[in-house]
Amino acid sequence: MNVLVIAEHENGEIKDLSLSAVSAGTELGKVNVLIAGHNCRPAAEKASKLRGVSQVLLADAPVYENWLAENLALLISSIAKNYTHLIMTATTVGKNIMPRVAAKLDVAQISDITQIQDNETFVRPIYAGNAMATVQSLDQIKVLTVRATAFEPISGHDDTSGIQLVSPTENVGVSAFIDQEVTKSERPELTSARIVISGGRGMQSGENFAMLEEIADKLGGAVGASRAAVDSGFVPNEYQVGQTGKVVAPDLYIAVGISGAIQHLAGMKDSKVIVAINKDEEAPIFQVADYGLVADLFEAVPSLSAELEN
Amino acid sequence: MKILVAVKRVVDYNVKVRVNLEGTAVETNNVKMSMNPFDEIAVEEGVRLKESGKCDELVAVSIGTSSSQETIRTALAMGADRGILVETDDPIEPLGVAKLLKVICSREKPDIVIVGKQAIDDDANQTGQMLAALLDWPQGTFASRINIENTKAQVTREVDVGLETIEINLPAVISTDLRLNEPRYASLPNIMKAKKKPIDIIPITELNIDIAPRVKVIKVSEPPKREAGVIVENVKELLEKLRNEAKVIS
Repeated sequence: MNVLVIAEHENGEIKDLSLSAVSAGTELGKVNVLIAGHNCRPAAEKASKLRGVSQVLLADAPVYENWLAENLALLISSIAKNYTHLIMTATTVGKNIMPRVAAKLDVAQISDITQIQDNETFVRPIYAGNAMATVQSLDQIKVLTVRATAFEPISGHDDTSGIQLVSPTENVGVSAFIDQEVTKSERPELTSARIVISGGRGMQSGENFAMLEEIADKLGGAVGASRAAVDSGFVPNEYQVGQTGKVVAPDLYIAVGISGAIQHLAGMKDSKVIVAINKDEEAPIFQVADYGLVADLFEAVPSLSAELEN
Repeated sequence: MKILVAVKRVVDYNVKVRVNLEGTAVETNNVKMSMNPFDEIAVEEGVRLKESGKCDELVAVSIGTSSSQETIRTALAMGADRGILVETDDPIEPLGVAKLLKVICSREKPDIVIVGKQAIDDDANQTGQMLAALLDWPQGTFASRINIENTKAQVTREVDVGLETIEINLPAVISTDLRLNEPRYASLPNIMKAKKKPIDIIPITELNIDIAPRVKVIKVSEPPKREAGVIVENVKELLEKLRNEAKVIS
């Protein structure tokens, strides 16, 4: 099997989420990694040292700077014929680009894989994770996105592999990047944090999320939210954990004032340990929680914060 | 300007789905079906563009069984002008849907196609991007804001790190995310009016497109169950358990 993993990178580092795609790739065979961007050789050098990576392809040109789908899909589809599998992590970048690549190659795309059974058989969640489908690809080239939380990021190094330059494709010229508003945070990224504390509608306001931030900082964790809290305007959308938001699987997930709608559970039920704090003892969140505390969050959360101080 | 919206009939988002006894699919007999919520947002956006005078004609397209006419009627009641149903009894994969929509686009020549970013049944999140690829049009996926000026659209996209704004040339495909708008409920008079709006029904065989499955479903199963744990009395006990039993904090 010849596998190409398309890796996202930032400031010369491969993103952790993409390390999961590399790891999925090594289950299938020899992995090549494509690093595309502008002035991104440092990331390619990092990729060349990763365990299981036999070759790095570097497409370094202004046309790839902002990862516009039209240009990236053209690049990836132009080198696809050398590979049996094309893999990206199912981030908003991967979800944007890979279906476009697949259609250009006239093959299916298989989204959000959680398990690789063999070279052509994969497991993926459907219906917001309320069912799991085992599917077999009938195409020559398999275009996949993988769920990061289902594959341990590749770790360790082996012999440095070669970096091969890929000549840039033309600028398709039908789209342009305007700007990006990035939510700044000193805390770890939601999808890779070891501990996540999330608030729901029960938080009552955005200001009250400061209580969760305090605990997150004491534990070195990230802050998340349910869709209800986002829809109520308490916090921005990038906090959202759930089927339509981010899928997380930390070691510890603390759900505060979250009732546990199906859509939220789909985004966090693979967490190792789940804690629920809710005053409604009938809340469905307690059915998936390892530890439940039936209490008013406005008493329990400050008290938790005080106890962590000790 | 002409806008085409694609709508899919799916199991209603409030239904707790069950895997069928054969373990081959999710049970869809005798369950409530509705328009895919992301497609409702697509229809709403089209209707708003019509109301603002930017869109002259809004066409709702669906691909599915004859029951999908109901879904198209919902779009018509919300404000779409007419409907097209590509009728088939077989499930069609995203690539097949994109190919069929491409044919409809070559007939209808829309300036913009708006689709939901994903259907809540197969959760594929592919059709819009695939259609854009097949048409060689730009794509603005996961849109939370759309601003159309002459021959371009500025699309603000919901991405993992926050928001990203891009500008794409028209014609283009746009896919909707949750915060783009809040879809309206159709009023009774509009539901009545929608009954008189035309729906063009095209048998899938007439389009002569290769829609053979590229993916074979081996089985569908229930996800692993998570057992409920214990109820603790207070914060002290909770921390004690997290430290000494679960060992997830120090």
